[in-house]
Amino acid sequence: MNIIVSIKQVPDTTQVRIDPETNTLIREGVESIINPFDMYAIEEGVRLKEKHGGKTIAITMGPPQAEAALKEAISMGCDEGYLISDRAFAGSDTLATGYTLAMAVKKIKDFDIILCGKQASDGDTAQVGPGIATQLDIPQVTYVKKIEDIKDKVATVERMTEEGFEIVKTSLPCLLTVVKEINEPRIPSLKGRMKAKKAIIPTWKAIDLDVDEVRLGLTGSPTWVSKIFTPPPRPKGKIFEGEPEDTTTQLTDLLKDRLV
Amino acid sequence: MDYLLTEEQVMLRDLCREITVEKIIPVAGELDKSEKFPWDVVKVMAESDIFGVYIDEKYGGMGGGLMELCIAIEEFSRGCAGIALAFSATALGTDPIILFGNEEQKEKYLPDIASGKKLAAFGITEPAAGSDASAMQTTAKKDDDHYILNGTKHFITNGGDAEIYTIVAMTNKSKGARGASIFIVEKDTPGFTFGKKEDKMGIRGSSTRELIFTDCKVPKENLIGREGQGFIIAMRTFDMSRPGIGAQALGIAQGSLDVAVKYAKERKQFGKPISSFQGIQFMLADMATQIEAARALVYASARQIDAGAKNLAKDSAMAKMFASDTAMKVSTDAVQILGGYGYMHEYPAEKFMRDAKITQIYEGTNQIQRNIIALNLIKETSK
Repeated sequence: MNIIVSIKQVPDTTQVRIDPETNTLIREGVESIINPFDMYAIEEGVRLKEKHGGKTIAITMGPPQAEAALKEAISMGCDEGYLISDRAFAGSDTLATGYTLAMAVKKIKDFDIILCGKQASDGDTAQVGPGIATQLDIPQVTYVKKIEDIKDKVATVERMTEEGFEIVKTSLPCLLTVVKEINEPRIPSLKGRMKAKKAIIPTWKAIDLDVDEVRLGLTGSPTWVSKIFTPPPRPKGKIFEGEPEDTTTQLTDLLKDRLV
Repeated sequence: MDYLLTEEQVMLRDLCREITVEKIIPVAGELDKSEKFPWDVVKVMAESDIFGVYIDEKYGGMGGGLMELCIAIEEFSRGCAGIALAFSATALGTDPIILFGNEEQKEKYLPDIASGKKLAAFGITEPAAGSDASAMQTTAKKDDDHYILNGTKHFITNGGDAEIYTIVAMTNKSKGARGASIFIVEKDTPGFTFGKKEDKMGIRGSSTRELIFTDCKVPKENLIGREGQGFIIAMRTFDMSRPGIGAQALGIAQGSLDVAVKYAKERKQFGKPISSFQGIQFMLADMATQIEAARALVYASARQIDAGAKNLAKDSAMAKMFASDTAMKVSTDAVQILGGYGYMHEYPAEKFMRDAKITQIYEGTNQIQRNIIALNLIKETSK
């Protein structure tokens, strides 16, 4: 069974700052990590390979430095990594990103399952995974918390909902987005780290993919970010001090005054 | 200080640090209370290829040496010296096989140790034979194609939890020290049982038990080296393992300093963090300097062993003695810096202090180390 894990390199979420002038993330001096939700997808991809055989391939679309994310994926047990990187992809929204990644998947061709994290910690859209599935016209199951069983080209998975979970059967090939409940990502082993250090990551540019150029990058993106801002902090609440009798009176007076 | 580690050594250190922060520190306090064996951490170490760092690639290891072993022990001990022992005491039990084992023994035992599938332990100490190992009572009598072992070993680290034991026993008592031999004994060998588990002051995340041999039949192929070589093998093993104890002590000292520095910056008295007071600053400065000196000694002794140096006894003894005395002093000072909080189980400082004490005692008390250093010094200068 061949598994493709689509991952994203994001700024370390504990240090995100936004440039108020340009409305973009300040990237200088901020460490890049693999989107935390994608770590679960990588782990699940490696576990599936360990259980069923085959190989696990990590792909990412991003700037050249995103190679580090693919190397980390290899250190965790992925067999190969492909970097999809070209100036033509710059400014892609989720539609253009989903399209480009789907074309990369088509280039890999032979796959049974695509795994993605449920969403990226920077954009939080949760659209790229489903976008890839739509472009490839394959079934998708989002928010998967457990892969129960895979046999005879059918996967049975548990999918988280707000109320509980659903058990879903889907034919393969399919795309699954996973939640953090699905597993505990491993610490990359020494052998894995050494393998990652030596790994060669091929870069695929627009000309390497069978793409329609108008669907790439800014031109292929019907949406764009017009403004990003940090919401003002919520003002402090009013604290009444004194004996309970007095404070309750103060509170009811205020409520009457304002609302009633 | 930059010790010019290789890229692989830095990779190993980072991995061990990650395991320490994510898997060891969160459970250290709990295992110190419950005295449970750290199987969950052992599993992570095994999956991370740690158990093979010092074992030849031919037997499934990573092909590193004592320096790699020391890097791993130091990092783990920075979180918990007791948990680290599951790993480092396995190395001690494995050393006789690596140093003097024949090809069949290496092929049979090293792959399972390198993969972390089996832990090992070394057994020399007996109730009446501590520093004076020649007072050993355990015997091994040749009987056709077997040796029959009888006697009791005690204070054996990993005892009961390890699968592979290297045991020193007397094959010819009349020859004294020259009558000892070393055997590989597997856990389920009939006649090999375990006594009580010790309730210890520190390193409580590690198991310490009695090993009892009652007419225990060990195949003659399990003799390491030749009959009568037991003490030589044991001494060579200790020459190799003492920098490892130094590394364990180093980790304890560094862990104590980590806690003390963090606390000194956060704790406010007289309206200021206590790290702004010279009394505290001087203590921290001394602690940091002593640790760095110990590290330099431990790394230097490990590196020269890896480089194939002979006559290791004096330098190994220095590394073990200095690092363990440093661990005791630094961990005591860390408790002092934390004051009343340092004395409470809720804070990790007192555990480091309890764990530090054993490093001055086992694998040769620091008094024995001084004997070794002095004897070698006198010998060297009288040539």
